[in-house]
Amino acid sequence: MHIMEGFLPIEHAVGWTLASAPFVAYGIHAVNKRIKENPEQRMLLGVAAAFTFVLSALKIPSVTGSCSHPTGTGLGSILFGPTAMAPIGLVVLLFQALLLAHGGITTLGANVFSMAIVGPFAAFALFRLAQKLKLSFAVSVFIAASMADLLTYVTTSVQLAWAFPDPVSGFAGSFVKFATIFAITQIPLAISEGLLTVVIMNAIKRFNAPELQTMNLVGRSEVQA
Amino acid sequence: MKRHQNLIMLIAVVLLAIFPLWLVQKPAPDANGKAVEIFAGADDKAKDLIGEISPDYQQWFEPLIEPASGEIASLLFALQAALGAGFIGYYLGVSVGREKSRRELIEGNTR
Repeated sequence: MHIMEGFLPIEHAVGWTLASAPFVAYGIHAVNKRIKENPEQRMLLGVAAAFTFVLSALKIPSVTGSCSHPTGTGLGSILFGPTAMAPIGLVVLLFQALLLAHGGITTLGANVFSMAIVGPFAAFALFRLAQKLKLSFAVSVFIAASMADLLTYVTTSVQLAWAFPDPVSGFAGSFVKFATIFAITQIPLAISEGLLTVVIMNAIKRFNAPELQTMNLVGRSEVQA
Repeated sequence: MKRHQNLIMLIAVVLLAIFPLWLVQKPAPDANGKAVEIFAGADDKAKDLIGEISPDYQQWFEPLIEPASGEIASLLFALQAALGAGFIGYYLGVSVGREKSRRELIEGNTR
C-alpha cells in the first residue's frame, strides 16, 4: 500500500497530508493521556506498535504472483481505539520512507490515511459490530483485523485511481486496475493477518486478562473460560 | 484445545504463504528473451501501472536515501521485523513469568 515517493501529484500529496494531520495530532494527545492515566498499559501499547512493525516488514507472496505485506494495525485499534494507531502507523511509515525508500515523505499523508486511519477505524467499528452481534471474541478479532488490512489496500487503490483516472474509463476503470494489483493480492494476506492477530490476542488474553478487563474488552466470565 | 487452535492458525498462515509459490507458474520469457519476474512487490506494479495510465507523469520527488542494494534493503526490513518480534517476545516472557508467580502466590496462600 506504499505509494512511492513523488508518485502523487502535488495537490493530492498536500491534500492527504492535511487530511491525516488532525488524526495524528489527536492520536498523540489520546495516547499520552491514556498512558498518564493507566501507566500499566504502556507495555501493551508497545506490543501493539511492535506488532505493526513486524507485520508491515513481512512481504508475503500472494496468489496473484506479486508480494505484499500485512499492516498489523487491527490489534492496536481493538486494544486502544482507532486514534492511537495514527501516530504508531506514522512512525512505521516514516521509518520505511526515510531508511528504505519504501513509500515516501510526499506520499506519507496518503499512506498514513490508508494504513493508520482507515484500517484502524474499520477494525474498531467492525469489532464493535461483531461483538454486538454476539459473535465470539476470536471471530470478532479475526473479522476486524483482516478487514482493516484489506480496506487499507482498497483505500490505496481509491487514492491512486483518484490521482490517475484512466483516460478512457475514468476513475472507475482506473480503480479496478489498481484494486486488481492491491486488493486481490491482499486477500490471502488479510486472512493471515486476521489469524495472527487472533493468536497474539489469545496470548494477551491469557496473560493480561485483568488489563483487558479494565479496558472493557472482555467480560469476567470469558477470562475464566 | 486452545493450544491446538493457535497451532492450527499458525500452520494456516504458513500454508497461505507457501501455496502461491506452488500455484503461480513462471511465465515464458518476454519478446526480448528476458525472464519475467514474478513475486515482485505490489507497490512496484502500481508504479508501472501509473506509467501506463499517464505516461507523461513525472516523478517530482526522489527518495532522500535509497538502500544501496537489495541486500541492504532486506537487512533493514529484517531489522524492522526483529525489533518488533523482539519486543513481543520480551512481553510474552515477562507475562508468562508474572502469571506463574501470581499462581504460585495464590497456591501458597491457600495452603
